[in-house]
Amino acid sequence: MDIKVNVRELDGQRPVSVVDLNGEIDVYTSPKVKETIMGLIDSGHYALVINLENVRYIDSTGLGVLIGGLKRVREHSGAVNLVCTNPQIKKIFDITGLVKIFGIYDTEAQACENL
Amino acid sequence: MREPLTPVTVSDGTGLVELRIPSKAEWVGVARLAVAGIASRLQFSIEDIEDLKLAVAEACTNCIQHAAGGDSVAITCRIFPDKIIVRVADTGFGVSAAELAPKRLGEPSVGGLGVFLIRSLMDDVEYELDPHAGTTLTMTKFLRT
Repeated sequence: MDIKVNVRELDGQRPVSVVDLNGEIDVYTSPKVKETIMGLIDSGHYALVINLENVRYIDSTGLGVLIGGLKRVREHSGAVNLVCTNPQIKKIFDITGLVKIFGIYDTEAQACENL
Repeated sequence: MREPLTPVTVSDGTGLVELRIPSKAEWVGVARLAVAGIASRLQFSIEDIEDLKLAVAEACTNCIQHAAGGDSVAITCRIFPDKIIVRVADTGFGVSAAELAPKRLGEPSVGGLGVFLIRSLMDDVEYELDPHAGTTLTMTKFLRT
């Protein structure tokens, strides 16, 4: 039960920071994810793609970190898009209504294009 | 001198499995995997096992985050032919009734999703609030045939 976090910077028309998450996001691991996302925002990165492709599990504390990040980037006219194809995780976004708040895409390319 | 191990009792005869974890974030994963293992034995579908895992983890997380003064969380699974009843209890001062009230989802909110998820994922959910003895959450998941 661990989470691996990796950040990549994509240079395009609009620079995008991609946060790759690998593992499980719960009450124990979410502080590490929060630290990374808030650190990016604090250093002026307001276009974020969070890649959940390799996330096997997420709970409400993980969702809270994503919502917190979205609120912060919106203060700077930024955006957060997610990459997710795992049906169980998509179901959690669906029943919590977060599908209406986040852009959720099947591929990283789509998530970046639609930022 | 070594600390005594936390007792775990398993009794197939009475359909009862009990687990007590320290009231610390790193132990929530152990609780959810234990319940997933029990649900798997009972032939729950993969989707229902994932629901149970999340609901139990949310309940344990609530106990750890909100029950000041508690040092452990007790998870009790009662096994029936057609359902599992999971009781999650802390020994702290408990969460407030306002935190447990059903929520409407509208504006994004950082907190409060845990209880909403539990109510959404389980078939029946009951809370017992005791300001002196802590909070007990009892939730039921039926086996779908």
